[in-house]
Amino acid sequence: MSTTIETESEHAAGVSISRPELDLGGARHRVVIVGATSAIAQAWARSLDNSRTKYLLIARNEEHVKTVAADLLARGALGADIMVVDVRARDSHAEMVRVAQNVLISPTIVMIAHGVLPDQAELDTDVDATLDSFLTNAVSVISITQRFTLFMAEHGGGSIVVLSSVAGERSRKSIYAYGAAKSAISHFCAGLGARWEDKGVHVLVVKPGPVDTPMIAHRPRSFTTTTAAYVAKRINAAIKSKTTTIYVPWFWRYIMATIRVVPQKIFRKINI
Amino acid sequence: MTNPSDVPSWGNYPKAEPREVKTLVWRQDQPTWSVADAPVLAYGMGRSYGDVCLNNDGTILRTELLDHILFYDHQRGIIRVEAGMSIGALLELIVPRGWFVPVTPGTQFVTLGGAVANDIHGKNHHRVGTFGRHVRAFELVRSDGSATLCTPLDNTDLFAATIGGLGLTGLITWVEIQLLPITSRYIKSESVKARTLEESIEITQESDANWDYTVTWIDVTQTGRGLGKGIVQRGNFHDQHDMSLLEHTRGVTLSVPTIMPSWLLNNQSIILFNAAYYGKQRRRVVQRTVDYQPFFYPLDAIHHWNRLYGKRGMLQYQCMMPGGVDEGVHRGGRALLRMLKILQNAGAASFLAVIKLFGDLPSPGMMSFPRQGITLSLDMPYSERILRALSKCDAIVLEEGGRIYPAKDARMSASTFRAMYPEAEKFQAFIDPAFSSSFWRRVWTNEGKQP
Repeated sequence: MSTTIETESEHAAGVSISRPELDLGGARHRVVIVGATSAIAQAWARSLDNSRTKYLLIARNEEHVKTVAADLLARGALGADIMVVDVRARDSHAEMVRVAQNVLISPTIVMIAHGVLPDQAELDTDVDATLDSFLTNAVSVISITQRFTLFMAEHGGGSIVVLSSVAGERSRKSIYAYGAAKSAISHFCAGLGARWEDKGVHVLVVKPGPVDTPMIAHRPRSFTTTTAAYVAKRINAAIKSKTTTIYVPWFWRYIMATIRVVPQKIFRKINI
Repeated sequence: MTNPSDVPSWGNYPKAEPREVKTLVWRQDQPTWSVADAPVLAYGMGRSYGDVCLNNDGTILRTELLDHILFYDHQRGIIRVEAGMSIGALLELIVPRGWFVPVTPGTQFVTLGGAVANDIHGKNHHRVGTFGRHVRAFELVRSDGSATLCTPLDNTDLFAATIGGLGLTGLITWVEIQLLPITSRYIKSESVKARTLEESIEITQESDANWDYTVTWIDVTQTGRGLGKGIVQRGNFHDQHDMSLLEHTRGVTLSVPTIMPSWLLNNQSIILFNAAYYGKQRRRVVQRTVDYQPFFYPLDAIHHWNRLYGKRGMLQYQCMMPGGVDEGVHRGGRALLRMLKILQNAGAASFLAVIKLFGDLPSPGMMSFPRQGITLSLDMPYSERILRALSKCDAIVLEEGGRIYPAKDARMSASTFRAMYPEAEKFQAFIDPAFSSSFWRRVWTNEGKQP
């Protein structure tokens, strides 16, 4: 099943940019995915109309991202360039924007999908590991997102989709390092979106509950667990409607609203 | 959502509890398996009925995330895809381009790895043979760290052993197949009523001459001459180019939410179902144009239909008896009749009994099940009495020189298996020492002992 995404980047803020569509082989969607090997990113890319899409896929593992690229090309993608990089290297972030400009001229959608779910029990006593996970999950996300936003603000706008989590809504002792990072990026990206929306940059913060992916392979599934394909569907709808925050599935918005107001003394006693 | 550690077989019998369930994510990252550890077995979508996909107390490798396409030539209809992709997902991709899978079983929810490991067959066996005949290549990863390219010309022994090899030769990571060209997603189909088993077989045989896809549902709850009366279903892909490949009407799907009480599918309800199913078709011959989905996969519309059998689960029995055209087939038919009567006496009522005639196209698979002749497939609730009756049926099948389909088996004895598959002697040399299944331990390794 494929979805067509309408973007209004061409008409944003009076910025005129020569759009060599012919050089891009008619690529209506020019997509950058950071963390392209993630399950949600893959499901989302598969949900697009690949016959009109060209990609820049960025990930840490060369073999894995090549597999993803080959798959998308086989599904009809007009192009799937790859970039192999570890996001913890700060100087790689500006490079990502440069490569994206080379390959896609001006991206229409950027998805920030990378992240690690560390073992909180290990992080409890290992400060370096805590900071390392924060570097991956928060600092690099902020850096990359801000850079792409600034670029897109000067090049006709577009959509930036950031994968956050409901884990960022309230701190829990089972997952506070991961949650802190998600909280940071939710907060930052909401502000970033507010700042640059008049330049045609639409920032979408996605907050899923648990999703059936390798990230939670070791955890039991519950009735609230959703699928990567469903998250992809909700993302497409939100890009179309220019929503700035979505909870997936929808009920998390109300669950988290409630959880956020539970007094701390009580909340700490709950074993979640 | 079911837990990833939940890896039953379709019949929910026998039960098995693996020690560990690993979800494979990238085909390049295979763990090293050692013979010293618990035995390993790959698991696709768990549509095998018995225990070929079970590995009690062993390690299960889930393959459903291995679903990337490596290469797709949509001009020539050649696709190379990871073994965890399902036939259903593959069809969604290829049908709009005018391609179909060369062989499909009765459900779209099987993986390509499973299709190779069981060397599946479909309604068009008499035309194109088994799935293995259309496999151009696959990669087999083994516990010695090797990743071997197997084709009809390279590593031919391993190629032949793995097709129909029940997952025992190693992990299949990707499969390359030659697709079947189609010009329409619609099937021109006909249903023809037959009044006796003999007539069912005769009409099936006639149909095979002009139709690519044939299968015959039979009523095994009847007594007297009506036993085996049925409906012959036959179809061909539409050859009209003006029928769209892209139209896609999703039919109504139901889902059985949980295991149903065991009394739901009992003899009375099944007998009633059979009568209604046969009676529903008023005219002798009915013609329809149908989308490929309901033609090939009628039961897929009811998700988890196997739960209708309750906690005790179901037994599925598929056997075949060899025989050429005419005399051989009718001899097989008489043997079938004897089996159906034995099962009736044991109180086994079945709502999904089908027969088909296998053609004479040989499979490249060493342990492949189909041979030219007649095959019977039926489902039954699990019970001790039925188990005993099935052993009697085994004896008849053996007498006729036939065999039972491992993909559906949960109970044949080791001696029966050995007698039916003398090629197993040659096959076992290719089994990876770190791989095993509940099925193999039952019929071979633990001969006589409990699995």
